[in-house]
This record gives sequence, structure tokens and C-alpha cells, in this order.
Amino acid sequence: MLERVEQAKQTIQQACTRMDRPIQIMEVCGTHTVAIFRHGIRSLLPPQIKLLSGPGCPVCVTDQGYIDIVLELAGRDDVILATYGDMMRVPGRAGTLERLHKPEIKVVLSTDDALALAQKHPDKTVVFAAVGFETTTPASAVAVADAASSNLHNFCILSGHKLVVPAMQALLGAKNDKIDAFMCPGHVSVILGSDAYKPVAERFHKPCVVAGFEAVQIMEGIAAICKQMAEGRGEVESVYGAAVTPQGNRTAQAIIDNMFEPYDGPWRGLGFIPGGSLRLRPRYQRFDALHRFGISEIPAEELGGCQCGRVLCGLIDPPQCPLFARKCTPDSPIGPCMVSTEGACSAWYKYGKH
Amino acid sequence: MCLAVPARIVEKEGDRAVADAMGNRWNIRITLTPEIEVGDVVLVHAGYAIAKVDEEEARRTWELFEEIAQFEEKRIAAEQADKEE
Repeated sequence: MLERVEQAKQTIQQACTRMDRPIQIMEVCGTHTVAIFRHGIRSLLPPQIKLLSGPGCPVCVTDQGYIDIVLELAGRDDVILATYGDMMRVPGRAGTLERLHKPEIKVVLSTDDALALAQKHPDKTVVFAAVGFETTTPASAVAVADAASSNLHNFCILSGHKLVVPAMQALLGAKNDKIDAFMCPGHVSVILGSDAYKPVAERFHKPCVVAGFEAVQIMEGIAAICKQMAEGRGEVESVYGAAVTPQGNRTAQAIIDNMFEPYDGPWRGLGFIPGGSLRLRPRYQRFDALHRFGISEIPAEELGGCQCGRVLCGLIDPPQCPLFARKCTPDSPIGPCMVSTEGACSAWYKYGKH
Repeated sequence: MCLAVPARIVEKEGDRAVADAMGNRWNIRITLTPEIEVGDVVLVHAGYAIAKVDEEEARRTWELFEEIAQFEEKRIAAEQADKEE
């Protein structure tokens, strides 16, 4: 294992001698952000290489307007709100789910648990706060399909699901010259397949390399990127191994496509990304919490003073935000990047120097 | 949020299965990986198998978990010893 890390390190160093300028690599996945800190990856890299944390933590890119709707629905007497644990501490205008102290707010580990709640409580409507990228979306899709086929009428989802590739395109399309290459998310790519990044690599001529989450896999991912940069290439590559194929998990893709359609939805810090969000298709509208509770749309809102949006675009590092480690800490977070354990600010606070 | 752990399928019925990782067993869905058989090793995310994985890769992850668990045990024991002093 150490040999492979050492070899990757040498490849990186050799490539750096052939590059005429420093490079910035964005890791798109929050799980990567945490793994990079935990394994001390930065300490193994030459100074020419800078790692940026991108918009890959689902909680962090979830717009303030969505959080406010979740809080509003959670406050209703006729609703049980089911959510992954990540959402509990994210602040909206009316506090957080955690601070509502309602027994009808339930943390679930899978969408199956949310469906079971609906079966157990026929007098309430279970709303599942469906956030996450392509890794998590299929589970929401299966839950809606299950609810439809078993006539479970008291179940619906509030879709905050998002797509990784449109976000990468939006970041580069916004003339963001800070990003030279992407390290693509391992488990999103299990579903999507590495070919999904071809439009990004081809249109913008930037290396897109899929990597796993172990230290050696991350180092090999960075090495592959550096090698491409040194050779003037901008291609799709995977160093993750057997789990990621060029085509991805076709069954999961078909399930998502049957249930959801892309639309231009709001992202924190990035605004409305064309085709970047997913909503239920009209034929499944009865399982859409927006439709069921007569909410017209998710409004785009921002928290004042919070720089999470610029952090997510790689424009600043967390310590450059005036709130970081002063007003905003993991114990009393202001922005979602500090709330989420996978947020860039939380990771910088926990592992970085400040 | 996109964490996934490797686990071995030890039982299967329809699109439901029992997964085992280092002796821990739990119920999962195999709706997204219909080709999976008992004995296969899969990546599990939020209660769903998302892909079949290589036995060797899975073993590496399990060994890493084992190492972390042992480290944690030692750390907790050391902390307790400190308190007792």
C-alpha cells in the first residue's frame, strides 16, 4: 500500500517539474473533502498543487429556501418528517429540525424506514426530505415506486435531489479560471459511469478523474490528473477499480429516469443551474410534497454574511470567510458548510490550521 | 453523504437481502443490482446495494475498519486509564 502511495507521489513530483504553473484541482465530493483532510493528503503534495473543495456535499448545496420549506412542513401537526441525519442541524429562518424538538421528526437510515413510518402511521403524512446526488437518488425513486404500487397514499417526498455533471459545467461555464481539473466522486460515478464526465472533459478540456476514498486511491487520482496536465491532456479516467464502469449502473439510471425529470433548480451559491435539479415527473406528482401541500416552488434564498456559496465554487478557502472560526464554528454553525460533517468549513475547522 | 461500505450477501429473497460486513448483519435492498447472488460482495449505500465489487478491494476496506476499531479501543482504554489515575 505504502509503495503505491510513494509511486503516486513520485508521479506527481515528476509531472510538476513539467508544468509551467501551479494547478488547482477541485474535488467535487464532500466525502473526498473529509478523506483528504483525514489522511493528511495535502502534506504529501508539492506546493504547486492546490486542492479546492467543490459543491459536492448535498446538505451544503441545498438552498436556504428548501431548508425553510422542510422546517415549515416539519412544524405541521399532520406531518411526520423523515430525513437523513445530515439535515438535522442545518439552520433555516425558523431554527433547525433539531431545535424543533418534535417527536414527529424522524432520522432514517434508508428510504425503507420512511416507508415503514407511513405504514405505521396512516393518520399522518410522511414527508421524506429527499436530498443527495446520484448515489442517493435511486433510493428515493424506489421508495416512490413502492408507495405507488402498494397504494401508500400518506407518503411523499420533497425532492432536493441534484445532478453532479450540470454543476461541474456551470462552474466552468461561469468563467471560473480557478479550476484546472476535477477529481470526480467515487460513488456517484458507480451509478453514473465515468463516461458521464465526457461532456465536461471534452468541452472544457479539463482532466476528470474518478477516484475512491482511501489515501492511496486519492493519491493515484491526483497523480493521474497531474500526468494529464503535464501532457496537455484533458480526459476522463477512473482509478477507482471494479465498482466504476464507463456505463455505470444502468438499472439505477433507468429507475431515476422513470421517476424524475431534470429542471433548473436553485443551488446554494451557484444560483439556478440549468438542468441541475431533479423533480418527480408529472405522473408521480401525487407523491411530490410541493404539490400535496400547495407550495408553488422552492424559492432561492441566501443567508446574509455567510460565504458558503463562494466556498462551494472554490473562489475562497473557508478561513477567508470573516465568520469562519469566529462567529461560525461546528458548535454554533451559521452556514451549511460548517454544519455538515462533510462540509468544507467543518473539515477545515476540524483538521486544518486556523 | 455518499459513504458506502462493502458487504457480502448472505441471504436473498426477491429484491431484499441480508448483508454481512465483518459479522454485522443488516437488511438491504438489491433493487438496483438485480443480478446479485448470495456470496457476492456489494457496495451498500443508505440501505441499497449499488454495485458488485471486487473481493480484494472489499477485504482491504474491512481490514482498514478493523484497524480503526482496534485503534479506537486502545484510545478509549488509554483515556480510562488516565481518568483512573
